[in-house]
Amino acid sequence: MTALLTDYTLRVVALGAGVLGATAGALGCFAYLRRQSLLGDALSHAALPGIALAFLVTGSKAPLPIMVGAGVAGWLGTLAIGLVVRRSRVPADSALGMVLAVFFGVGLVLLTVIQRRPDAAQAGLESFLFGQAASLLRADVIVMAILGGGCLLALALLWKELQLLAFDSAFGSSLGRPMTLLDGIFTLLLVIAIVIGLRTVGVVLMSAMVVAPAAAARQLTTRLGSMVLVAAGIGVVAGVSGAVLSSVVPRLPTGPTIVLVLSSVVLMSLVLAPRRGLLWRRVRLRRLQPAAALDPVLMHLYALSRQHRDDPDHGHALAVLRTMSPPGSNLERALADLEARGLAHVVGDGLWAPTAIGRREAERLLARHSGDRP
Amino acid sequence: MTAELEILAIAVVTAVAAALPGTYLVLRRTAMVSDAIAHAILPGIVLAFLVTRDLSSPWLLVAAAATGVVTVALIEAVVRSRLVPEDASIGIVFPALFSIGVILVSRAASDVHLDTDAVLLGELAFAPFNRYAPGGVDLGPAALWSMGAILALDALFIGLAWKELKLATVDASLAALLGFQPALVHYGLMTMVSLTAVGAFDAVGSILVVALMIAPPATAYLLTERLGAMVGIAVAAAAVGAAVGWAVALALDVSIAGAIAGACGLLFAVAFLLAPGRGLVAQARRRSGQRLDLSVSMLLVHLLHHEGTPVEAEECRERGLHRHLGWRESWTRRVVGRARERGLVARDGELVLPTDAGRHLADRAVIGFSR
Repeated sequence: MTALLTDYTLRVVALGAGVLGATAGALGCFAYLRRQSLLGDALSHAALPGIALAFLVTGSKAPLPIMVGAGVAGWLGTLAIGLVVRRSRVPADSALGMVLAVFFGVGLVLLTVIQRRPDAAQAGLESFLFGQAASLLRADVIVMAILGGGCLLALALLWKELQLLAFDSAFGSSLGRPMTLLDGIFTLLLVIAIVIGLRTVGVVLMSAMVVAPAAAARQLTTRLGSMVLVAAGIGVVAGVSGAVLSSVVPRLPTGPTIVLVLSSVVLMSLVLAPRRGLLWRRVRLRRLQPAAALDPVLMHLYALSRQHRDDPDHGHALAVLRTMSPPGSNLERALADLEARGLAHVVGDGLWAPTAIGRREAERLLARHSGDRP
Repeated sequence: MTAELEILAIAVVTAVAAALPGTYLVLRRTAMVSDAIAHAILPGIVLAFLVTRDLSSPWLLVAAAATGVVTVALIEAVVRSRLVPEDASIGIVFPALFSIGVILVSRAASDVHLDTDAVLLGELAFAPFNRYAPGGVDLGPAALWSMGAILALDALFIGLAWKELKLATVDASLAALLGFQPALVHYGLMTMVSLTAVGAFDAVGSILVVALMIAPPATAYLLTERLGAMVGIAVAAAAVGAAVGWAVALALDVSIAGAIAGACGLLFAVAFLLAPGRGLVAQARRRSGQRLDLSVSMLLVHLLHHEGTPVEAEECRERGLHRHLGWRESWTRRVVGRARERGLVARDGELVLPTDAGRHLADRAVIGFSR
C-alpha cells in the first residue's frame, strides 16, 4: 500500500481507476434500477467505430478527440437501439445485441484500415479493446476526472428528475416533465462514464463496472441516495485495489483484476447482506421450518380430539395422523417436538392426544389464521 | 479450391450454423445470452488447454461448450435468488468469467499463442492455413469440417426437437403442462448455442458470433409470421450476409469478420426500412394514407355543414377552402383531388360539392366522432 504513496505511475493508474469506479458505480445504479444493465455493454462495444474514425480523421491518439468519437458512436448506438425497439417488433435484447455486435464489426473493419496505414502512431488503439491501465498518463487522468466530475455534478443537479426516471417514468410524464429528454441526458451521462473506462478496463469488461457496484449496493440498502453512495464507494475501492493488486502481483492485468475484485464484492453481498442475503434467508428459514412442520400435526391432533369432546384424552394412532399428513413428513420428530413443548402426550401404546395447553395453542393458531378453516 | 473460396465456404457455413439456434434466442428474448456465452467460454478453453497442452485438441471444444452451459446455469442461479434482475445477472456473470480467462491466459499460458484478442476478434483470413489432413490426405480447411459438423448437429437438434422447441418457445407453461420438459429443451438449446459459439470463435471471433446469431434471425422476424419461414429466411440472410461481407472485405482488404457483421447489420437495416407492411416506409405510407383519409372526411363534413346555406358560395369555393379548413394550399389540393378520385365530391363551377357517396361518408364520420 505504501507504493501508492511513492510510485508515480501507480498513483496515476489508481486515481484513474478510482474516478472510473465512482462515476460508473453512481450512474450504474440508475441503469440497474431501470433494467438497462446491459446498455453499458452495448454502448462500450458501439464506441469502437467512433474511436477508429476519430483516429482516422485527426491522426492522433490525443484523449479528447478519441473520447468524443467514442461518445458520439455510443450515442448513435443508443439511438439505433431505441429506433428499432420503438418502430419494429424486434425485442429489446435482440436490438441491443445486434447494435453491439454490428457496430463492433464496423469498428473492426475501420481498425484494419488503420493498421494498413504506414504511420506508427496507430499502436495502442487496440488497448481500448482490453484496456491498458498501465499506459494511462497524467493528462488522461485529468480529462477523466473532469468528465467524471461533470457526470457526478449533473447527477446531483438532476437528482429528483433522475429518481423519477428510475422509478416511475410514466408518472413523470403525467407531471409534464420532459422524460424523453431526461432519458437522453441519462444515456449521455452513461456514455461519458463508459468513455472514461475504455482505456482502463476496456470494451468487454466495462459492463461489469456499470452493473456490479449497483448490484452489490442494492443488497445493502433500500434507499436510492445511500445506494448511489455505496455503489460509488464500492467502485472506488475496487478500482484502486485492483490497480494496486495488479501492480504488486506480476502478470496480473488491471482490467480483469478490477472486475474480479468487483465480482467478489457482489458475491459477498449476495451471501452476507443483512436481511436480504442468502445466508440471512437460510437462517430465517431454518428458524421457521420446525414451526411450520409442527403446526399441521398439532392441528390434526386438535381436529381429531374435537370428535371426542367428552373424552379429551382419547388417543389417536400414528397411522391415522400419517394418512392426514403429506407423504414423507417426519411425524415422529414433530410429535417428539410437540411433546417436549408440552403440547401433546402419549396416552397409550402408540396413541397420541393433545394436552390442554396444546388444544389452547391450536385454538390460538386457528384464530390467527381467521375463520376459513374448521 | 482457392483460399478465398475456402474462406467464403467457412463464412457461409458458420453464419448458417449460428443463425439456426439464434432464431430461437431472438424469439425467446434471450439474445444477450449469446453475448454472455461467447465471452464466458474463454476460461473453459484456457483450462482445457492447460490440461491438454494442445490448441487443436477436441477437448477444448468440449470444455468450452461445458463452460457455456455452466454460464447459463450460473446466470439462472443468480436470477433464482431473486436478489438481482436477469439483465444485471448476465452483466455480472460473464465479465467475471471472462476476467478469469484473461488472467489465466496472462499468468499461465502466456508462453503460447493463445491471445485474448484472437478469441475476441478471430481471423477468418488465417482459417485456410489450418488443414484437416487425416493420414496425409488434404481434405480442406479444418474449420470447414468442424463448422460443418456443428451445422449438422444444429440442424439435427432443431429437426428432431422442432415441435418441442416451438412449443417451449411460444408457450413455456403449456409445454410444461403437456409434459414436454421446457427446461430440458432450454438446456439443449443452450448447449447448441455454446457449441456453435465455440466452433465459430476461432473463425469469426466471439463478438461477431453474436452478430451472426442475432442479426439474421431478427431480419427474418421482420419478414414473416411463421416459424418455419423464419428459420429459412434467417438461414438465407446469414448466407447472403456472409457472402456480401466476404466480397466487401476482399475488395477493400479489411477484416472479413467485421465486414460480415456489418453486412448482416445492413441486411437488417434494409428489412427494417422496407419490410412489407411492417417496415418504416410501409409505416410512413400507412400513416400518410390515414392522414389523407381523415382530411377527406373533414373536408366532406365541412362541405356538408355549409351545403345549401347562404354562405355556401364563400365556404365551399375551391380556391378558399384551405383558409376555412386551416390547411396549406398544396395539401388542400391533394385532399380535394383524392376526394374526387374516390367520387366523393364533384366540381360545380367554382364550388366543390359533395356527391351522395360523399354525404353518406360525412354522415358516418360525424356519427363516428360523436361516439
